[in-house]
Order: sequence, then C-alpha cells, then structure tokens
Amino acid sequence: MIRFDNVTKTYPKQNRPALRDVSLEIEKGEFVFLVGSSGSGKSTFLRLILREERTDTGLVHVLGKDLNRLSNWKVPHMRRQLGTVFQDFRLLPNKTVAQNVAFALEVIGKPRGTIRKTVPEVLDLVGLAGKEDRMPGELSGGEQQRVAIARAFVNRPMLLIADEPTGNLDPQTSVGIMRLLDRINRTGTTVVMATHDQNIVDQMRKRVIELEKGRLVRDQSRGVYGYQH
Amino acid sequence: MRLQFFLSEIGVGLRRNLTMTFAVIISVALSLALAGGALLANKQVDSMKGYWYDKVQVTVYMCNKSDATSTPSCAKGAVTDDQKKAILADLKKLPIVEKVYFETAEGAYKNYEQQFKNSPMAASITPDQMQENYRVKLKDPTKFTVIASAFQGRPGVQSVEDQRAVLKNLFSLLGGMTKAAYVVLAFMLTVAMLLIINTVRVSAFSRRRETGIMRLVGASSFYIQMPFIMEAAFAGLVGAAVACVMLLGGRYFMIDAGLKLQDKIPLVSFLGWDSVVQVLPLVLLIGFLMPATAAFIALRRYLRV
Repeated sequence: MIRFDNVTKTYPKQNRPALRDVSLEIEKGEFVFLVGSSGSGKSTFLRLILREERTDTGLVHVLGKDLNRLSNWKVPHMRRQLGTVFQDFRLLPNKTVAQNVAFALEVIGKPRGTIRKTVPEVLDLVGLAGKEDRMPGELSGGEQQRVAIARAFVNRPMLLIADEPTGNLDPQTSVGIMRLLDRINRTGTTVVMATHDQNIVDQMRKRVIELEKGRLVRDQSRGVYGYQH
Repeated sequence: MRLQFFLSEIGVGLRRNLTMTFAVIISVALSLALAGGALLANKQVDSMKGYWYDKVQVTVYMCNKSDATSTPSCAKGAVTDDQKKAILADLKKLPIVEKVYFETAEGAYKNYEQQFKNSPMAASITPDQMQENYRVKLKDPTKFTVIASAFQGRPGVQSVEDQRAVLKNLFSLLGGMTKAAYVVLAFMLTVAMLLIINTVRVSAFSRRRETGIMRLVGASSFYIQMPFIMEAAFAGLVGAAVACVMLLGGRYFMIDAGLKLQDKIPLVSFLGWDSVVQVLPLVLLIGFLMPATAAFIALRRYLRV
C-alpha cells in the first residue's frame, strides 16, 4: 500500500533534512499512528504520500506506483484513490453539508445521479443523517470533522490520510471520531493518522510509527504513544 | 452537472471580483476598439488609394486669357487650337498614357461648382477663370514626372499637376494616425494582459480554499483552472462586445452624424458598414482568446498540482 525506501527530504534553505533515510512499509488494511513532536517530519511524511512533495533521494511507492516517476497529469487520478482529513476540517463555509461532500465528486466529474445517491449514504455512515442542509458554521467541531471525513470517504478510497484529525476536538468528541475512523478501517481502507493525542494512541493499540528529527525511531505493532519507563 | 458547476463557479468568481472584472472589461474594450479602429483606418487608406490611384489623372492645364498677365508660362496669351491639337497628339503618342480626357473651361467650372457648392469659394470664381485641361490616365500612376518634364513649359501649357500629390498629405496623415494607434494599442494590450493576469491571480488566491480541496480530492488541472480561464474569457468577451459597439458607434458618429465627415469631405469614399461588420468577428475572437491565454499563463505558475 505504502512503501518508503531510504527516503530523505530536505526543504530548500534548510540545513537539517525533514526526513532522513526513512524506510518502512504499510500493508493494505492497516491502521497506523504516526507520532512525534512538532518538526519531527510527520507532515513531510504525509505530504510525500500525497505527492505534494517529492523525495530528494529514495523511493515512495503508494498504491503500487512510484511517485517520483508519476507524471504530473496522472497525480489527480492517484489522489482520487486517497482520502484526506485535516485538523482544521477545510470545509467550504458557504456550502451546506451535502454540498461540501458533493463538491468532491463534482470536481472529479462524477455524474449527477451518482452524486445524488452516494452523498446521503456517506452522510448516514458518518452519523450526519438529517443534517444535510446545515451550514458548516452551524455544526460543532466534531460534526464538522465528520463532514470532512464523509468528503474524504465518499469516493471509497483505498487509503485515508488523517493529519491530527482530533487536534481541535475535546476528548469526548475525539473518541467519536476515532470510532468512525476505526469503522472506516474495518471496511478495508488503510488509515494513516498523524497525532499528538496520547490517550487515543494508548487506547487503540494499533501500529505506531514514531519520528524524531526526521528519523524513524520506533515502529511498533499494537504500540502506545511513548515509552513509559 | 459539470456545465452547471462551471457556470456557477464562473458567476461566483466574477461577482467576487466585481471591480477587477470591470477593469478588465474596460481595458479590453478600449484596446480592442483601438485595434479595430486602426484596422479600419488601414482599410480606409487602402480603399482610398484604390479609388484614387485607379482614377488618378495627371492634369495638363492650358493657358486661358486671364493667365496671360498672371502666369509667366502663359505670357504669349491663351492656348490656340493648334497647340491643343499638338499636345493631344503628343500625349497619345506616349506609351505610358492610357487614356486622355478633355475638359472644357465650362465643364471644369461645373465640376468645381458642384464640388464646392457649400463653400464661398464657388461664388468667387467665374467660368473664364477656369482652364481647359487634358486629364490623363497613366498606365503606371507613379510615372508622373515623364508627363511633367515633357509638357511643363510648353507653349500654351499653364501647368502640369500630379493629382496624387494633393492626396499624399492626407495619406501620410492617416498613415501616421494609424501608426500612433498601433503604439497606443501595444500599451493598452499590455495593460489589459497585466490586468487580466493580476485579476486571475487575485481570483485564484481568494478561492485557494476551494482549489486546495479540489487538488486534494483529485480534480484534474482542467477542472481546477477552467473556471478561472472562462471567467477571464467571459470578461474579455463582454469587453469585446463593448468594443464592437464602440466601432459601430464610431463609424456612425464620425461619418454619418456628429462629425459628418461624409458631408464635409465628399471626395472621399468612406468605408461602408460592411467593412466595419467584417472586423467585428475578429475583435470578438481576440477578446475571447487573449484573456483566456493570459489566464492560462497566470495559472500555470499559480495552480500547480
């Protein structure tokens, strides 16, 4: 699903690489936590998967494709097989809940009939049935994140990338979001989630990948947030 | 869905940037009106050249009675019939002469009267002040000097006049105006292009949230860029339509009403409506393509995948 081979990435005008010689593999259907302090390289890791950045050296394979050799015009098609969720939700404030989800399908040219059918389905799945016509501003943070997850999942992606999806939510709400992500994972979708939320990582007992100053320092199945010696 | 989606995106973009949209419309309208105007001025000069150069005549004026005192070349008095015959024979002998018309003093007076009927000049001239003349059509209108050197100073000839010399000033004036229009046009087009590029950038920036999401969910560059390109093209098309109205109005007010050039300069055959209408599709096409291209260039650097 995802394979990193000796990946190093340095941003322009920076001395220290954001990622240094990272190699790992994530299998289909896995649920992986990506942990590490700010500046440890988590975001770079995710940006490489989304092909927002390219590696300096080393290879990144996503869904069987070598992203370094993927031409620009094929990138959109690759991204249609990924779903992305962010800490700040990134909803369109002037569109309703249903329109926000439909937008993701409209802009990839899906026919109207498909959109009409799939949008209510996915809203039902994330627990927002009956709130189709609300504006994002009228929803709680947790509900907004559910809209974002619905938008990311409406295309039934193979892989869901979540960058601190609970970063703006209270613990109670976060648990609800995690349940939802877990449910999505159970449908066969691989989930990679960067997080700072210790409680969540410790409770879920999933695979944990820890980065520190750009290096891979821990890769533990059924792990916890940090070593607690 | 797609079309509806595009249209609503375009509408939102145009409304959000209303002032910039107006700036684009106005600058496109002005530059295209200027472009069309310059094009038409060129056509006008060409058509006038065609009109006059076909009919151009070197005129050989004969001496009349009153010239005997006022013009040195006619000191021997009015032209005689023998002299006239000899001049006509010699003119016809020249290989470059295509045709020779004879105009009597009365005929010349009538033409003059007709041409300047609205002018006080007509009243001050009497028929006996007009010269009899030969109007000569040349095979090659530029060979005026051959006639001039052959007949200037010949007994009975008052003067030889190149009709084209009269028009040369008019043509150089029109030519100069056209060139000036092209220079202004170049600046206007640059301003329009820069404005469009800037407008598109502002538009793309104000919608970076949307375009960011579009990139994330895997929209192709076509889907992401097309609303911006169509936005610019639409504004350009409106500008081009305004330019068309300006061209049609310009012809009406300069030639038919307002300045009434047709009445003031009856000698000139001005461009008809058909010539103006012929230019309009070109104006519309440029008005559509230029902003679309400018937008495309602006987005290439701004909206990468």
